[in-house]
Amino acid sequence: MFGYIVRRLMTAFLVVVLVSMVTFTLFFKGPSDPASALCEETGGRCTAAELNSIREQMGLNDGLVVNYSRFVKGLFVDREMYYQGEQMCEAPCFGISYGSRQPVTPQFVEKWPATVSLAVGAVLLYVIIGMTLGSLAARFRGSFFDRAVVGVATVITAVPYYVLALVAWIVLVLQLSIFPETGYHPFTDSPVLWASGLLLPWVVLAFAYAPANMRYMRGYMVESLGEDYIRTARAKGMSQQGVVFKHGLRAAIVPMTTIVGLEFAVLLAGTVFTEFLFEIDGIGWWSINSLGNPIDFPVLNITGTAAAVLIVLGNLIVDLLYAVLDPRVRLA
Amino acid sequence: MTAIDDSFLPADPSTSKGGPVLVVDDLTVRFPTHDGLVQAVSGLSYTVEKGKTLGIVGESGSGKSVSSMAVLGLHDPRSTRMSGSIKVNGAEVIGASEATMKRIRGNEVAMVFQDPLTALHPYFTVGSQIVEAYRLHHNVSKKVARARAVEMLDLVGIPQPDRRVNDFPHQFSGGMRQRAVIAMALVNDPGLIIADEPTTALDVTVQAQILDLLQSLQREFDSAIIIVTHDLGVVAEMADDVLVMYGGRGVEFGPTKDVLTRPSMPYTWGLISSVPDVHERSDQKLIPIPGTPPSLLNPPAGCAFFPRCAHKDKVGGDLCETELPEFLPLAGNPAHLKRCHLHDPEQIYVDEVAPEIFADASEKLEN
Ligand SMILES: Nc1ncnc2c1ncn2[C@@H]1O[C@H](COP(=O)(O)OP(=O)(O)O)[C@@H](O)[C@H]1O
Ligand SMILES: [Mg+2]
Repeated sequence: MFGYIVRRLMTAFLVVVLVSMVTFTLFFKGPSDPASALCEETGGRCTAAELNSIREQMGLNDGLVVNYSRFVKGLFVDREMYYQGEQMCEAPCFGISYGSRQPVTPQFVEKWPATVSLAVGAVLLYVIIGMTLGSLAARFRGSFFDRAVVGVATVITAVPYYVLALVAWIVLVLQLSIFPETGYHPFTDSPVLWASGLLLPWVVLAFAYAPANMRYMRGYMVESLGEDYIRTARAKGMSQQGVVFKHGLRAAIVPMTTIVGLEFAVLLAGTVFTEFLFEIDGIGWWSINSLGNPIDFPVLNITGTAAAVLIVLGNLIVDLLYAVLDPRVRLA
Repeated sequence: MTAIDDSFLPADPSTSKGGPVLVVDDLTVRFPTHDGLVQAVSGLSYTVEKGKTLGIVGESGSGKSVSSMAVLGLHDPRSTRMSGSIKVNGAEVIGASEATMKRIRGNEVAMVFQDPLTALHPYFTVGSQIVEAYRLHHNVSKKVARARAVEMLDLVGIPQPDRRVNDFPHQFSGGMRQRAVIAMALVNDPGLIIADEPTTALDVTVQAQILDLLQSLQREFDSAIIIVTHDLGVVAEMADDVLVMYGGRGVEFGPTKDVLTRPSMPYTWGLISSVPDVHERSDQKLIPIPGTPPSLLNPPAGCAFFPRCAHKDKVGGDLCETELPEFLPLAGNPAHLKRCHLHDPEQIYVDEVAPEIFADASEKLEN
């Protein structure tokens, strides 16, 4: 078990390194040039000499390998960086944002709680709704309730997410004002404001994710309810509720954990459209805003790396959970 | 095997009611499907006396499992049509409330299924599944139930039961799992155990052990057993009575000895000639039954076995093809019933069938 985790962590590490190298290379070789944008900004005309001196100061003339090693070094030791003047970038340094002109690491730390709050609330909500409806639909398979739930789920799934979110926002916030203004307020400042500002995005995300979740849950429950051990449980004299919600559910939980775990990892890496629409100042919105001209590479770099870490770790955790939940699985 | 605690033995036998544990009368089980109505069981009647063993034999698809599961009310009422009567210790099962069924299931009638690999829940320990079965019918603490589970595992021959009780099913071998399933079935000391092909999924070497175990436990618990099988050898060894099923119907019923020595309808003859060793005569010739089992969607109007019957010519006219034979006692043996138009099947068996089955033996004798 321990050996397995160490090995998995090593592969995870390699994957993250690879992702970061590819991101770095794509940017460095790509068309977006932070130096020329800066140069044009400073004073009307940008001569070749000026541009070159800015590139020199930013270190862009030194080539990919040198730049990447500087970046890696900056993850461990504080680093002097130039972008319109010298700045100290504290380790772990992912660079200085071309937009805010501040080191991105502290900004990431500041913005991530909003994304985490959004993800946690949404996941809790849709897992409860999806798994409850899914197991009930399986329990009453073929009934009107089952058909209604599956039908509604199909309709919701057919609507693109941005339409769903936009309509919810326009109708519920702008027209009917049922929901409070959305936005992020730190939990530590005011739990009430925190919850009220996130309420609608939670609901909308849950609304979007619950149908698929319900279908998975229903499918796994139908599968487990058809197993021989369910018949055994009934033959023992167990009530139908006991059979479904103890023996059936116990088996369906295992694959559901995998699905929800991976979805959660993706949500933690930032929900771009939701954060943008509901003005949640999290890393999803942050990274979409970084796609201007020039591309705010340090922001993309840190959010991209974070996403890679989250997904790789999410996979590992999900696999470990699987082994905990399924006694037949031995990790080796 | 160790002796069990007295408290776990059945209560004083004299307190239990007389009469049969199970009376099935004119049972019909049908499944409406997209292709039509599957007539899985039709007009089935049989009786199991207290402490006795009934063997149910028949080809696969003949309705053995469907009729057995009906006894426990395990068919989904939404997709099953049932009629007739099933009485467990006098209580009607068909149409019974869920509460009645919960009391009967596992408590008065327990089931041992065919495949012990899938019959146990993979995510719960063997012990917890036995504990659960016990606590469903006994208001005792988990600790008491666990002690009972250990005792039961010991009884069915699981080594180190106090340790193995915490194992998950996958840590048990196939034979051990079936032992555990038997322990679970017996934990509430039911009056009737239905074992649906309990050894089919097991290694040949393990099969005999499991059957021996069932028999010795039957003596210890004084419970009746229905053993469903397609192996006449098992019937010969274990059963007091035997019911032969064909196409969802009973076609021959009687004391095992009578049915095996004087089988009275051609399908039973076919069964006897297609399995080795019923009479422990290894020189017996194996003759498979030609043809295929009848469709349950469009069952033939007359005798279901008619298309495969080698003796239909001996019945006058087209009786076999058009008229379903009734399930009637043989002349001179009211306990032995057959569903066949042949007038004197006994004579045909003695004159024609038996010599053919045991031809090799007689050839050897002649030489
Ligand atoms: N739930 C069901 N729906 C439709 N047909 C069924 C169902 N269960 C069993 N059958 C059919 O009933 C027949 C008898 O099955 P079964 O009792 O399992 O046979 P066996 O004698 O081998 O145990 C088979 O043809 C089977 O396909
Ligand atoms: Mg069967």
